[in-house]
Amino acid sequence: MNLDRRHFLVMLPAAAIAWKYVLAGTPDASPNYTMTDHWWSMLIDIPKCIGCGNCVRACAAENDVPDGHFRTWVERYHVNDWHMEGPEVISPDGGKEGFPAVAQSAGGGEGFSSAPQDEGKYFFVPKLCNHCADSPCTQVCPVGATFIAPDGVVLVDQTYCLGCAYCVQACPYGCRYIHPEKKVADKCTLCYHRITKGLTTACCENCPTGARKLVDLKDPNDPIHAFLKTHYVQVLKPQMATGAKVFYNELDGSVR
Amino acid sequence: MSLTKDAGHLFRFAFLFVVAFVVFLLVRHFVVPKSFGEYGHYRGAAIGEIAARPLHYAGHETCETCHADIAEAKKAGKHENVSCEACHGPLAKHANDPSIQPVKINTTVLCIRCHAESAAKPGGFPQIDPVQHSGGVPCETCHQPHNGL
Ligand code: HEC
Ligand code: HEC
Ligand code: HEC
Ligand code: HEC
Repeated sequence: MNLDRRHFLVMLPAAAIAWKYVLAGTPDASPNYTMTDHWWSMLIDIPKCIGCGNCVRACAAENDVPDGHFRTWVERYHVNDWHMEGPEVISPDGGKEGFPAVAQSAGGGEGFSSAPQDEGKYFFVPKLCNHCADSPCTQVCPVGATFIAPDGVVLVDQTYCLGCAYCVQACPYGCRYIHPEKKVADKCTLCYHRITKGLTTACCENCPTGARKLVDLKDPNDPIHAFLKTHYVQVLKPQMATGAKVFYNELDGSVR
Repeated sequence: MSLTKDAGHLFRFAFLFVVAFVVFLLVRHFVVPKSFGEYGHYRGAAIGEIAARPLHYAGHETCETCHADIAEAKKAGKHENVSCEACHGPLAKHANDPSIQPVKINTTVLCIRCHAESAAKPGGFPQIDPVQHSGGVPCETCHQPHNGL
């Protein structure tokens, strides 16, 4: 690899210009981004998740998430037989360093895991802000510090937030926390600084199996539309009528 | 006139009210941020501020513009869809200035995170028991990370 930056700039001016905008970090410099042209959300393909924790680490690195707090995390479910109400759920350090191994038994079954039927099934459920279209968290904010942006992303204005934590309690998914140093609400921004520049989120970029995919529901060419027509997809806690927009493929009914 | 004389206290009140209202408008003008209400009940400028946060992951498209040889090698193998920074970590600084050296990868930690055998993982994913499979020999002595075997 003996290509220096100058050669690179000469060779690939288009890519270089795009990268310059990316680094400039200003929304005006993100070419052709119009908020009203997008309606962002995410697709989680449960059968593809291997629980490696890459998304959790990537999110923490990209967004300076403090230790012990999570904008995204991974849970591992173990459902044995018919006890749908009481799945065994673990999430050691949010799944940041992966999960303890489960011994492989003889005669692996089909589907989610290679564990035999009598030991139940295992699967991973990555979680993050659902970027609800009717989000309870934005409704309870007393000062208008959290809001749904015109492109469907739920954001926090940290210069305006009082840190009262009403929104933390209002979120039915546990996706918000009070930042221990800034003392204001913090949450997933769907990597707003990336998606507005044409990049995918840090978690999707680093998912090795494509279990997480950023989707734009307003883009008619987004593969999400075909996916939703041909798969059995669920959102979390649909009974709460939050308008959650993170779609889970093959979500088990035991997931809360 | 007896009317105005009797109503004097009302006019004083009305005057006070108008003054208070003007003061309220003045204070509001200075306290409420300019962009508040631009799109809704929040500060519109906040959206731009959040969009301007710095990046840490450059994205594989950026890596591939310079490291085309590795991107090509990777296409041939099973790691085709694993992006560069999933293994190499956040390298936006390096992508902007290649003289900043990326950190060396510790493959014993890296590969096992994804490939360690566990019945909890989807059955189709290639998994190995690290002890049995390599017995402590670094993975890259037999495997090429960029084309997975
Ligand atoms: C502007 C062009 C450019 C971009 C973009 C770029 N690199 Fe590099 N990279 C280089 C150059 C040139 C070197 C060699 C530096 C040296 O040897 O001093 C290098 C070296 C490396 C090395 C270390 C090689 C070694 O010998 O240890 C790694 C790993 C690497 N790049 C990964 C990446 C990844 C991952 C990305 C995407 C985030 C990336 N690079 C983006 C130009 C680039
Ligand atoms: C499966 C994990 C993995 C992926 C994906 C990956 N690498 Fe690597 N890469 C490694 C390992 C392991 C090494 C060797 C250890 C080291 O040098 O740190 C390495 C070494 C390198 C080197 C220096 C040695 C060489 O072969 O020239 C460069 C440059 C590099 N990678 C660039 C890239 C780029 C660019 C991509 C994306 C197209 C990429 N890597 C994707 C794991 C990976
Ligand atoms: C970020 C997760 C990740 C890391 C880290 C990773 N891999 Fe992989 N690896 C994958 C994925 C995903 C596949 C493709 C699986 C498939 O084909 O379904 C794969 C495939 C492979 C295969 C091919 C298996 C087969 O079916 O033939 C080998 C060999 C392999 N990896 C070795 C390594 C080695 C060695 C390292 C360390 C340098 C490594 N992997 C690091 C995710 C990872
Ligand atoms: C002594 C050489 C050697 C070392 C060291 C080694 N492997 Fe392998 N590995 C092989 C060979 C040969 C195969 C293909 C034969 C097979 O499928 O068992 C293989 C296959 C694999 C597969 C595919 C298994 C499958 O089910 O398809 C994965 C994943 C893998 N290795 C990961 C690793 C990881 C991770 C390490 C580092 C801990 C590692 N290997 C170290 C030789 C090695």
